[in-house]
Amino acid sequence: MPRGQPPLSLPALIYEPKVRGIIFQVLLLAALVVAAWSLASNVAVNLQRQNIASGFGFLDRTAGFEISQQLIDFKPTDNYGRAFVVGLLNTLLVAGLGIVFATILGFTVGVARLSSNWIVSRLALAFVEVVRNMPPLLTLFLVYFAAIKTLPGPRQSIELPLSSFLNVRGLYMPKPQWLDGSSTIVVAFIAGIIASMLLARWARQRQVATGQQVPIFWPSLGLVLGLPLLAFMIAGQPVAFEYPALKGFNFSGGMVVQPEFIALLFGLTVYTAAFIAEIVRAGISGVPKGQKEAAAALGLSAGQSMRLVVLPQAMRIVIPPLTNQFLNLTKNSSLAVAIGYPDLVSVFAGTVLNNTNQAIECILITMGVYLVLSIVTSIGMNMFNARMALVER
Amino acid sequence: MDAGIRNRRIAITTAALLAVAAGPAMAQTKTLDTVKARGTLNCGVNTGLAGFSMPDDKGQWTGLDVDLCRAVAAAVFKDATKVKYVPLTAKERFTALQSGEVDMLSRNTTWTMSRDTSAGLSFVGVNYFDGQGFMVKKSLGLKSAKELDGATICVQTGTTTELNVTDFFRANKLNYKPVVFEKLDETVAAYNSGRCDAFTSDHSQLYSERLKSPKPDDNVVLPDVISKEPLGPAVRQGDSGWGNVVRWAHFAMVNAEELGVTSKTVDEMQASANPEIRRLLGKEGDFGKGMGLDNDWAYQIVKQVGNYGEAFDRNVGAGSRLNIARGQNALWTKGGLQYGMPIR
Repeated sequence: MPRGQPPLSLPALIYEPKVRGIIFQVLLLAALVVAAWSLASNVAVNLQRQNIASGFGFLDRTAGFEISQQLIDFKPTDNYGRAFVVGLLNTLLVAGLGIVFATILGFTVGVARLSSNWIVSRLALAFVEVVRNMPPLLTLFLVYFAAIKTLPGPRQSIELPLSSFLNVRGLYMPKPQWLDGSSTIVVAFIAGIIASMLLARWARQRQVATGQQVPIFWPSLGLVLGLPLLAFMIAGQPVAFEYPALKGFNFSGGMVVQPEFIALLFGLTVYTAAFIAEIVRAGISGVPKGQKEAAAALGLSAGQSMRLVVLPQAMRIVIPPLTNQFLNLTKNSSLAVAIGYPDLVSVFAGTVLNNTNQAIECILITMGVYLVLSIVTSIGMNMFNARMALVER
Repeated sequence: MDAGIRNRRIAITTAALLAVAAGPAMAQTKTLDTVKARGTLNCGVNTGLAGFSMPDDKGQWTGLDVDLCRAVAAAVFKDATKVKYVPLTAKERFTALQSGEVDMLSRNTTWTMSRDTSAGLSFVGVNYFDGQGFMVKKSLGLKSAKELDGATICVQTGTTTELNVTDFFRANKLNYKPVVFEKLDETVAAYNSGRCDAFTSDHSQLYSERLKSPKPDDNVVLPDVISKEPLGPAVRQGDSGWGNVVRWAHFAMVNAEELGVTSKTVDEMQASANPEIRRLLGKEGDFGKGMGLDNDWAYQIVKQVGNYGEAFDRNVGAGSRLNIARGQNALWTKGGLQYGMPIR
């Protein structure tokens, strides 16, 4: 009998590691499929037997309720599908702004924690310890009810500059109205951003080639703000403002930012910033001291050394846990329902669910949305992380 | 809302999803048998609504809705105290009933067609005829809800209220801005701190909240009634035997009032010659047996809980701080809508 191939009997196959691995994986997959299928079919059977409506047809039906904050137009005659979009946009708005503000505040506090100024570092420590040891829901209640209990009624509004008013109903501001020719301003703004990016690139190349530094911050700012302003003047000032005015119960006209939104944004920002501050502090502490000393030896100022040497290296430690905080902030935004902000959970998994009685569909869709949001955030942060990672040579 | 309640809500939702997903054994068993075997009735009530369901200073649940839970327990166990009260928010209530966490819902819930036909529920009666209205600050000097154009209105989610208020403003071509909260407490707190011009809910609830507010006299309930809100108990669909028990527990209380049988007179009434009273108290006929109970089911209800009029007076009527007039909830013989179907 020739050597090499043993006879292919069944026991021998099972003992072959590769074959065995495939067999077990197929079995596991089959078990999962059967479990999922039986779960789904049981749901369908039980819903039908209990006479509970099912399916996704309800998304086309008329909603019949109002939503207090709408980024796109919404009327009671619109359908549940549009109500879903309104809620989703409100969630995205508060989560997106929250991530930006929490990052800024978190980095500031994190750097302050390491300050050599005793008062600054102790204040930062106190902020972190107080905020991160409170449940976020209580923080929201505190912020919201403290705000609406202290702010005055519409008739006693606090007057702010630029014809703005602050009262218990929110912050009222003039609303810009874009007249004919205002598109040139937008074009000029985009042109300004592109121009400043080109300028930064040119300055970097020049520094590499000649060693000379060109100031880029102020010229860029001038380009981004100055070009639109110039366009505004040339196009004959095509923007008018609608001012808020006291009428009946309340101010009407202008733009309004509701207290629920401000409270939620503030609460989420502060809560998440405390965690980000600790992550940033750990990241900075993780950069070897020699890096800072080398930067000083090269004649970089403390600020330059932080900005150009320490933070870029700290970022490698900071980004993965920072992603977690961004995901947490997005998920915590669902606490909105407790303080009356019409986010996705409040509008869709709340009002819509109750009016349609289709709990399973509404909860599944809502869970799907948070899953997609989290995955998109993770992918974005992973790409950023890959760019920042140490390039091994 | 505290963290515990939030966690419980998640638990209920999860339980509901699992229960609906679980094997088809669940709804086949009869609720009455389950309740008897368990030894207590799980009754879904409001988390706190004075006069309807609220724990008193000794932690005992009291109210008109609570009395219906007690009546069912009295009929089933001959003991009105064998009830486990499950406080539910407006949003949780149907899921809790559908998933079997509670056996019945007695939680100022409006009987509507869609709830009967697409939510897997069966409403079995109306223990309080109500209507939606508005509470506003007296200082606004309003006389009618039609003057609320442009107002900001606080409302609780998960209720018919949210839809009725939209209908009302649409029909009258007025504008308003809703601020929607999940729990009643936050809704009322926001109204009290001036976040909203008006708070909208069923009239009974408005009176109850007005009484609880820091300065009741600063608030007025506008006279407008903008909707029909027949509030009543509900059970799961597909178990009409259990539905009968809850339905007739309510009718027994109304019939007892019609016949003048009270908790104090029920013992001497057992000797009554009036055939209607004899049937109610189980002296004639086998009415209790037909439901799977003993024939003294209604006697136990009246003895331990009282008739409908007693329950009304004690909880929301003249004998309570709410002092709500009987109005539509008077007996049909006195111009109201409460009508006990005949026991025969």
